[in-house]
Amino acid sequence: MRTSSHLVYLIALPLFSAALLLLLGRIADKWGHLLATLISATTFGIGVAEFFSMHSQSGANRAVTQKIFEWISVGNLKVDASLLLDQLSVCFVLLITGVGTLIHIYSIAYMDHDKDRRRFFAYLNLFIAAMLLLVLGDSYLNLYVGWEGVGLASYLLIGFWNQNPAYAVAAKKAFIANRVGDVGLSLAIMISFAQFGTVSFAGVQAGAPHASPVALSAIGAMLLLAAAGKSAQFPLQSWLGDAMAGPTPVSALIHAATMVTAGVYLITRSNFIFDASSTARILVVTVGVITLLFGAIVGTAKDDIKKALAASTMSQIGYMILATGLGPVGYAFAIMHLLTHGFFKAGMFLGAGSVMHGMEDEVNMRKYGGLAKLMPITAVTFGLGYLAILGVPPFAGFYSKDKIIETAFNQGGGKGILLGGAALIGAGITAFYMTRVVVLTFSGARRWKEGAHPHESSILMWAPMVVLAIGSVASGFLLSFGSSLVNWLQPVVNASNSVGGKELMNPWVVSLLALAVVVLGAGYAITKYRTVEAVAPEKVSIFTKAARKDLFQDDVNDALLVKPGKALTLGLVATDNYVIDGAVRLVGWVLSEISDVLRKIQNGYVRTYALIMLAGVFIGALIIWVVTV
Amino acid sequence: MLTTPALNYNLLAPILIVLGGALLGVLVEGFIGKAYRARIQIVIALASIAAALGWVISIHNVTSQSAAVDSVSIDGGGLFMQGAILALAFVALLFFTQNDHFAPQASALPGSVEEAEAIRAGVQMTEIYPLVLFAVSGMLLFPVAHDLITLFVALEVLSIPLYIITGLARRRRLLSQEAALKYFLLGAYSSAFFLFGGAFLYGFSGSLSLGVIRTAAATPGSNHIFLFLGVLFMSVGLLFKVGAVPFHSWTPDVYQGAPTPVTGFMAACTKVAAFGAMFRIFIVGFGAIQTDWRPLFVGVAIVTMAGGAIAAIVQRDVKRTLAYSSITHAGFLLAGVIALSKAGLTSMMFYLVAYGFATIGAFGIVTLVRDSTGEVNDLNRWAGLGKKSPGIATAFALFLMSFGGIPLTAGFIAKFSIFTAAYASGNIAIVVVGVLSSAIALFFYLRVVLIMFFKEPTDETVTVAVPSFLVSTGIVICFAITLVLGVYPNLLFNLANTMTTLVP
Repeated sequence: MRTSSHLVYLIALPLFSAALLLLLGRIADKWGHLLATLISATTFGIGVAEFFSMHSQSGANRAVTQKIFEWISVGNLKVDASLLLDQLSVCFVLLITGVGTLIHIYSIAYMDHDKDRRRFFAYLNLFIAAMLLLVLGDSYLNLYVGWEGVGLASYLLIGFWNQNPAYAVAAKKAFIANRVGDVGLSLAIMISFAQFGTVSFAGVQAGAPHASPVALSAIGAMLLLAAAGKSAQFPLQSWLGDAMAGPTPVSALIHAATMVTAGVYLITRSNFIFDASSTARILVVTVGVITLLFGAIVGTAKDDIKKALAASTMSQIGYMILATGLGPVGYAFAIMHLLTHGFFKAGMFLGAGSVMHGMEDEVNMRKYGGLAKLMPITAVTFGLGYLAILGVPPFAGFYSKDKIIETAFNQGGGKGILLGGAALIGAGITAFYMTRVVVLTFSGARRWKEGAHPHESSILMWAPMVVLAIGSVASGFLLSFGSSLVNWLQPVVNASNSVGGKELMNPWVVSLLALAVVVLGAGYAITKYRTVEAVAPEKVSIFTKAARKDLFQDDVNDALLVKPGKALTLGLVATDNYVIDGAVRLVGWVLSEISDVLRKIQNGYVRTYALIMLAGVFIGALIIWVVTV
Repeated sequence: MLTTPALNYNLLAPILIVLGGALLGVLVEGFIGKAYRARIQIVIALASIAAALGWVISIHNVTSQSAAVDSVSIDGGGLFMQGAILALAFVALLFFTQNDHFAPQASALPGSVEEAEAIRAGVQMTEIYPLVLFAVSGMLLFPVAHDLITLFVALEVLSIPLYIITGLARRRRLLSQEAALKYFLLGAYSSAFFLFGGAFLYGFSGSLSLGVIRTAAATPGSNHIFLFLGVLFMSVGLLFKVGAVPFHSWTPDVYQGAPTPVTGFMAACTKVAAFGAMFRIFIVGFGAIQTDWRPLFVGVAIVTMAGGAIAAIVQRDVKRTLAYSSITHAGFLLAGVIALSKAGLTSMMFYLVAYGFATIGAFGIVTLVRDSTGEVNDLNRWAGLGKKSPGIATAFALFLMSFGGIPLTAGFIAKFSIFTAAYASGNIAIVVVGVLSSAIALFFYLRVVLIMFFKEPTDETVTVAVPSFLVSTGIVICFAITLVLGVYPNLLFNLANTMTTLVP
């Protein structure tokens, strides 16, 4: 394998710049954001250079490693701090640094009025460094360091506007969900070490075919738990909506394009585990399907534009997770959807940020309307992203999402119909809620708050949006032209060129079906909202908050799924609010109750303490007696 | 004709140097005027500890051997623990030097006229330094002791000075004296168990030496009931010292009541000494019957990890929070004892150093956060500290992250390696509970970070005393070690890997 001596700069540069900006403090206020942006652009440059040098090599010879130093050496556990840049990680490096740089540029304008802009940029660079470490680590332990690092950076960035207590609460919630996932990852690492005696990807890959099925399933399940925590998948999805409390560029970078896709990376990277364990694969597709439907349905009921987009992210990542569970054929399509999604969803988030910027941080779509004329660039770029997520040909989503649906159908039998059908229905619902977002925001009557003066944002903000919009248009075609991405990833994931090897469904049929469902969903949304606004335009403009809420809530639910659907939507939203949040709260409650009991035992009296010790001695004696007799 | 036993003074020198320093300190108390005492005592204490540390380093490669007629065994494992204790004690002592932590006169009644006068005069008692040195000498002997009598003597030599210095807090003296009395009563109670266990073991094997006990324990058919009672009762004494549930009840009260620099010293150094001794006793003495005592330790480790983490959630006092955190860490460390392997010992050594420096640093910072009446331990009043003194708050956050096991801190490596060692030795339950407990524990570390950085300062918010040169040095050392061992842990692992020998 080739070695390189400059991979480390990808991580060291942004890390150094983050530390510098934090340590220098106010002195760096004037130029901190520029330095951070420059560093981010530099890492992108390194990424591009690495990509081309990689491209000039032949398939098996493309991966590059760099050993930085011997990290841990205790007993049989030997872990090097070393980096691995292969065909899979280079995709992520380009996505992270590319989208990252655009978002740095956007943030210069977006955070212009914030007195802590320098600190914000320091955190952004910290995030870039940690995310790059996550995808460049050559072992699970190195990955774990990056994994925790992005968690920390995300936490700092969500809580960035910490003047508002709700934001701090959101940051805490994200933290807890991520902890549950992290427990999964650390257990997976421990099991891997016990099973294979190593935690490096190469070592585990070499050992996987000979490992016991139980261990493989356990590792797979734990990795999936980790992925669910980081990527907001069922049942750990609830934090993503709340994480929208952070500044919008953060939502675009971390909660749309990069960090939340880390779970997909983890599963794809661990393809050797999942290929060897059908149990783990079944778990993966189950989680994927549930989340893609769950997210889509929740998306139909959200009025907050960022929360609607967050639900959509959850759902789209559900597609990717589903794809990774479909065996070797699915990985490449998961990554392809991940990349195209990185473009269109980041673009739409930046669009949402631009709208909020123009509307004085209003996030409620019911208070938008008719913005297309005043914010033409935002509207057009958002619209291109919209067409991409819907999967309208020839936009990006068409190539990636249809392939996933097709692969799901090609699983064959009842399983194929179930998975493919669910993915297809998801596409329809996606079309519905995304159309709703677009209609409510950009067309129809103006339902603005008094004193709102929407305007197009500055060039620093719209230029990144334009670049991302170009990606939303072209990336799908580029990635799938001549199966370029599939071939590129072939050495890493053993992706098969043809879909599933056996084509049960003609690709054209799938595309037409998907298109039909999309047209149905979108059309339904358009008619519903046109009718509403045609009937009561004045009402909408003067409506009180409560009345509006009823109007739209009923409208959405009736329009979508009439009566059984209404129950389902409410049920899912309630599940999200009560069962899953409730479970989190219940755990917290139980723990603090136990904690309270323990506090009462800790009453300060020596006699109590001595008695507790004596009880301990008796129980100890009992244990030894039971064990030895 | 009696022959004098051969003592290898070269190998015993670290203990003797510290004892000598302590005796010199006692003389200083008697003959030097009050005005100079404090400075001289600090110099003596730091110098004797530094000298002992230097000596330990110079002999760290000696072949394992008995140094004093089979009652002390100098080997890699023991020397590592001694070095760790000395290094930690040195840094911990730096925090003794700033501000007025200690009562002017231990004998003055709390609230009395004499006390008020003494406080006005600004005097502090300086006996604290020789007392610390006595405690350190006991700690140095404890992990190298190879027979039951030496073990017991070392245990008492390290404990009794700790009981006294716990009661010497200048402020909230009643709380401090109550803590000292509790610590003393419960300590005596646990010592009784320890001694009683020793008696059973002697009855069982006919010898005080760990080596002979091991041989006897490995022989089937002998009367094992006394062996098991001996093991159980000795465990009680040791588990009490490390603060494992259910022998932990003293920990929060004593950590809270003791003068804060003393708490830091106690939390770090006692743990090293006690775990060092525990590992030796259980691997050398009882290794042959590990299947018999392991379930007991697994049970204790599980309730300790979970209990400490859960109990910490509702704490409002920073010292109590750290006390529960130290209980949780005792549970994690027990995982290393249970692993009972070379990797387990190495990981435990690393863990003790990582935990020790973070603990001393954390308590050191607690000594700096004050208002007009002294230290402020109420967490709610730490709100907004991150804005007022970002440097101190960042350092505290780093120590908490290390406790929580966030990557790139020493605590992560420590926790990961110790759990891996436990997992590799087949103790899966303990690893699962351990990982879950550390997830819970992280919650309350995080809460403190949240309070410091994400809450607005209130009117009641405290000020941070400007740290003196010695205190700053202490914080910087702890900070640097926590960070460096997180990024490049092999600095310590390479050393620890070569120092795992134990005299049988």
